[in-house]
Amino acid sequence: MSRRSERRLHVDWTRCDGHGACAELLPELLAHDEWGFPLSRTGERDPVVPPRLQELADHAVRTCPLMALRTV
Amino acid sequence: MTTMASRDTRRLLGTPPAERLPRLTLAQLLALVEDAGLTGRGGAGFPTAIKVRAVAEARRPVLVGNAMEGEPLSMKDAVLLNRAPHLVVEGLGVVGQAIGAGRRVLAIGPDVDPGDAETAAHGRGVEVAPLEGGFVAGQESALVNQLSGRPAVPSDPLVRVTTRGVDGRPTLVLNAETLAQVALLARYGADWFREAGTAEDPGTSLFSISGAVEHPGVVEAARGTALSDVLAPALPQDPVAVLVGGYHGAWLAGWAIDTPLTAPALRQHGATVGAGVLHVLGRGTCPLRVAADIAAYLAEESAQQCGPCVNGLPRMADGLRRLARRVPDPGLPAEIDRMRMLVTGRGACAHPDGTARMVASTMRVFAPHVDRHLAGHCGLDRGLDAGREVRR
Amino acid sequence: MNGALWALGRGTGIVALVVFTITIVLGIVTRSGRPVPGLGRSGAADVHRTAALTGTALVGVHVGSLFLDPYAQLRLVDLFLPFLGSYRPLWQGLGTLAVELLGIVTVVSLLRRQVGPRVFRAVHWLTYVFWPVALLHALGNGTDAATPWFRGVAVACIAAVGLAVGWRTAPSYAGRGWHRISRRVAR
Repeated sequence: MSRRSERRLHVDWTRCDGHGACAELLPELLAHDEWGFPLSRTGERDPVVPPRLQELADHAVRTCPLMALRTV
Repeated sequence: MTTMASRDTRRLLGTPPAERLPRLTLAQLLALVEDAGLTGRGGAGFPTAIKVRAVAEARRPVLVGNAMEGEPLSMKDAVLLNRAPHLVVEGLGVVGQAIGAGRRVLAIGPDVDPGDAETAAHGRGVEVAPLEGGFVAGQESALVNQLSGRPAVPSDPLVRVTTRGVDGRPTLVLNAETLAQVALLARYGADWFREAGTAEDPGTSLFSISGAVEHPGVVEAARGTALSDVLAPALPQDPVAVLVGGYHGAWLAGWAIDTPLTAPALRQHGATVGAGVLHVLGRGTCPLRVAADIAAYLAEESAQQCGPCVNGLPRMADGLRRLARRVPDPGLPAEIDRMRMLVTGRGACAHPDGTARMVASTMRVFAPHVDRHLAGHCGLDRGLDAGREVRR
Repeated sequence: MNGALWALGRGTGIVALVVFTITIVLGIVTRSGRPVPGLGRSGAADVHRTAALTGTALVGVHVGSLFLDPYAQLRLVDLFLPFLGSYRPLWQGLGTLAVELLGIVTVVSLLRRQVGPRVFRAVHWLTYVFWPVALLHALGNGTDAATPWFRGVAVACIAAVGLAVGWRTAPSYAGRGWHRISRRVAR
């Protein structure tokens, strides 16, 4: 029986410049600060992506114009 | 540069060069540093065995000795390379051989004199690389980037340098003092190493002492020694508080000066030993002014890559500066705190986190001073101590 | 059949020009981080990408149908080396140039995760060369170029890109992230 490992959303801060598409797509996981940069709502640095949000998270990773997102 | 003796711990600063380099296999090296319980002396205090193991599978990894000395208050690596460069070179030799390193580099910052290091490294397969400095230039990935010909700023920590580092090769970065400790370990063994220090944190390390002391400089002391004992040879002048851990550290109030420099004891003050930087604050110096100056410096030294750091650090420093100037804005502590929360954990390196830690410690330990400043006065008028009211 | 190919070639060319105009405008909007009403920021980025791929497909059909149409007299070499064509060689050469620029940008964009953001961004600047070259090709080579309706389309495209670029380069434009913030702190 395979154990599904958790997936997390990782921000490459050296690339992020506060575009904001990610927070728009994943409002449950990400807010944004006053400068537009993503703010994890879960208190963790790399928030866990629940399975039902996985597709949206993948979309956010593809949509980020700076390629600053990854799922790890 | 003054070096001082503390009890009889003249290990790093008193050991002459080895006649022959001890030859260790990787397994032997790992067993040695594990038995000795050696942790990194560069600030993070990471178990050295774990770091070495990370490049165990690598073919011809790169070994880098970190003597960048990016922290302005730190002098220990400069002193080490001046007084005992042979130990660092021996450490590079021992580790380099055990891991099968294809390249051994000793990275030296601009505040370190390369002369003695170059002499000691001559003919021993160690490249001495004088590099550009800056506060974050000594950070592991920033150092690796500079050695790879890229700007000396940190990279996303997702890909560890032990996986992909200098020129894309697996890289092991160890602080210069850690390497010197390994050299001693290779000669005298783990049992000897454990004769000093505590069971959880054995051995000795170098401490850089600055501030309101008669003899600023570097002292070698056993790990876990009480702060007051470590400071003693420097002759501190009526300390109000001590900044433990450098610009990214935390304040220990004067009444806590006998605290042993162990992780559990320091944790209660929100501090760690870090790279052994101890800065003494004397009477007649406004602690908020000192903290504001440090925060301003740290904001300037940001690598300017990550939004929260670029934006948040100057705001936080500005808040502290206004507080130090006694701007009667009751919202200042909350604003400083808000910035602190916004920058913590939101950057590619620990620069914003460390700055936030120092600021948080300042606001907590010097809370009486904060209150005085908000009322338009300074705690110095009343001879306020550090946080007597905030005793834990 | 030939008439159909010819019509297809012309039609896809014009539509591609319009689609790429939308692409550039949305590209500028995406870079700015401003949301588009109804699309948001993520939508703007998505439509930008979709429009670009659509335009590329249209150009593929445009070139393909003209190549197959004997009336157009397009040889294989004309697809790669500009200015060798028999029909208005200068303007057709611009078309070849536009296709090559589009090819480079498209390939690098599809491989953006592999080449990294710096290379991706540098190559993407070529879109500002591609679009005017494509426009000139349409104006010079297009059979319908002289008609009022096509001129109207061309003017609208120029106006759209001109407005977008003007908005972006205006001094009043507040940058995103730290650019925006450094203004606030300086105040």
